[in-house]
Amino acid sequence: MTAELPAPVAKPRFESGFLTPYAFITPALLVMLGGLLYPVIMAFYLSFYDWEIGRDLEDAPFVGMTNFARMMTDPQVWEVLWVTIRFGFWTITIEMTLGVALALLLEKPIRGASVFRTIFILPLMVSPVVVGLIWRYLFDARIGWINYYLGAWFGIEPQVWLGDAQLAFFAIVFTDIWQWTPFIFIIVIAGLQALPSEVVEASTIDGANWYQQIFLVKLPMIKSILVIALLMRLIDVFRGMEVMLIMTGGGPGRSTELLSLHIYNRAFETQQLGYASAISVLLIAIVFGISTLILTMANPMKSRADV
Amino acid sequence: MSGVSLRNVSKSYGDVTVIPDLSLDIAEGEFVVFVGPSGCGKSTTLRMIAGLEKVTSGQIVIGDRDVTWVKPKERDIAMVFQSYALYPHMNVAENMSFALRLAKRPKAEIEERLRVAADMLELTPYLDRKPKDLSGGQRQRVAMGRSIVRDAYVFLFDEPLSNLDAKLRSSMRTELALLHKKLDRTMVYVTHDQIEAMTMADRIVIMKDGHIQQVGSPKDVYNTPRNTFVATFMGSPSMTLIPAELSDDGGTTFVSGDGFRLPVPDRLKEAVRNSARRQVTLGLRPEHFAAEARTNNFAPVDLTVKVSEYVGSSQYLAAQLGPHAITAAVEVGPEADLLTDGTYHFDTSRMYLFDTQTEQAL
Ligand SMILES: Nc1ncnc2c1ncn2[C@@H]1O[C@H](COP(=O)(O)OP(=O)(O)O)[C@@H](O)[C@H]1O
Ligand SMILES: [Mg+2]
Repeated sequence: MTAELPAPVAKPRFESGFLTPYAFITPALLVMLGGLLYPVIMAFYLSFYDWEIGRDLEDAPFVGMTNFARMMTDPQVWEVLWVTIRFGFWTITIEMTLGVALALLLEKPIRGASVFRTIFILPLMVSPVVVGLIWRYLFDARIGWINYYLGAWFGIEPQVWLGDAQLAFFAIVFTDIWQWTPFIFIIVIAGLQALPSEVVEASTIDGANWYQQIFLVKLPMIKSILVIALLMRLIDVFRGMEVMLIMTGGGPGRSTELLSLHIYNRAFETQQLGYASAISVLLIAIVFGISTLILTMANPMKSRADV
Repeated sequence: MSGVSLRNVSKSYGDVTVIPDLSLDIAEGEFVVFVGPSGCGKSTTLRMIAGLEKVTSGQIVIGDRDVTWVKPKERDIAMVFQSYALYPHMNVAENMSFALRLAKRPKAEIEERLRVAADMLELTPYLDRKPKDLSGGQRQRVAMGRSIVRDAYVFLFDEPLSNLDAKLRSSMRTELALLHKKLDRTMVYVTHDQIEAMTMADRIVIMKDGHIQQVGSPKDVYNTPRNTFVATFMGSPSMTLIPAELSDDGGTTFVSGDGFRLPVPDRLKEAVRNSARRQVTLGLRPEHFAAEARTNNFAPVDLTVKVSEYVGSSQYLAAQLGPHAITAAVEVGPEADLLTDGTYHFDTSRMYLFDTQTEQAL
């Protein structure tokens, strides 16, 4: 005879606590929506209007695709896009190379490495506005230390750093490298130090010499970190403007006017908010395109190192 | 002599001396296993042979060549690590052929060696896979394969099986022993598992605190442990040590203590006569207890059984012999009920005696 079992209890429709995780992500979601999505949508919206500050948005005339059509044939937009691309090429190439090289050099626990490491990351802690101010004074033609020491040590004539198109471009590239190489440096060194030491030792035993070890073992193993670093720098190139705004204001001419600074100037100097919004849509499209391209070529989330 | 020799090798990290002074000769083609509790310096010793750690003093000779200050890649060694240390971004074939490719060997030779090794380790179907798409056992094989393709003079293994489950571990033990036969190369193997040492080694090196305790064949170290450390470390379940006293009674020497009195076997008579002290430590291996006396050498002992564990044809007893906690492994067949208190028998011819002060075997 089988024992009497109690009547079965129905399976609960929802597990208790079913809503808990959603409750936790709601605030973050709201902030994201308000802080991120809303401005993007507004930018799209505004790009179809001709709006000036001081006028009610309702009164702004709808202009359809006019802003976009104008952008396509606007030599200024193409000029600053070219400046941005050149700026991105030089800064990112040099920052990645220098950052990775420094990380490889200071990875070993040699004497004083930790002091160096700390000094190297100091620029990262300085706010971009302050960076702009510091370097504006350093590059200043009359009172700047750079001209002073170039003259005192090397006998080089004072240069009008920020008043010459090529020198100014050099100056902003230099400043960007000064500020952002440490960023590459710390994330690469963190990646290198997290590498399993036995894998590196295995390559030593397999006969890899110093540079084979770096290029065939270490760097491939931190590939996803390198990709993320590259991506963040690329996006920053299209985002950053404070340093240029303060150092040169984009000049002389448009030689140091990056895309986002151009958008800023259009919007707040020349009051063409609708047109500026259209250019920001272009910026969003470019950044989105680059990110997608990089992420599909080398997905850092997928190729998790698994030893 | 060829093979591997360590001569007065020492290793210190700053003020901490890990290996004070170690000398050992390993013959060519020999399978030597270093065994000892973790932290005793086995890996350090192996890594010094590999050249991954520099010696503080002493000399290392591989194949008649002083390699003390030679780089790892010039020592003609291959090494398998506990974590396998596979290159995660390379597939199995690339992992295994990495060393050969670095050495710029001809393509045909690389492919041939890769094929042979993959065949031997049954890795052929997986050559295109990345390590992360392999099971633990397969990764382990790739790590082996990576060393086999090298065809090095010495193979070094640092606990290569300890990340595998028990079943896989025991089958890999067999395969490793086979591999050693096939390759006929010198192999130095490090483990903390005495069973691995016993089953695979030609010679076992037992270490403790950076000192070699005993070197010998599995049979030697099991049957004639030189001191209490070796005696308790080798064998499972481990030997029980009990304080005891020697006494003579009518021409026979007895070793006795609280709750027991056992005759000293002929094997130990001479040693006992020469022993200056009467205080000794008696060593009883669990497997030398039995339910019944099988020969004249068996002496009755009264055991109070606290726990008996069923392990198939034997039972492991956690028991009291007088006031002393002991372990006994009694063979009673798989049908027997769990054993309880009673009179059991110990094979006195297999007892061990140690000097209580020096812990050395009598
Ligand atoms: N780089 C190191 N610095 C300081 N002490 C170390 C270092 N490597 C190992 N040791 C010490 O050396 C001892 C032996 O280590 P190891 O050879 O790894 O032991 P085993 O392999 O036998 O478990 C341990 O006590 C360990 O703490
Ligand atoms: Mg170890």
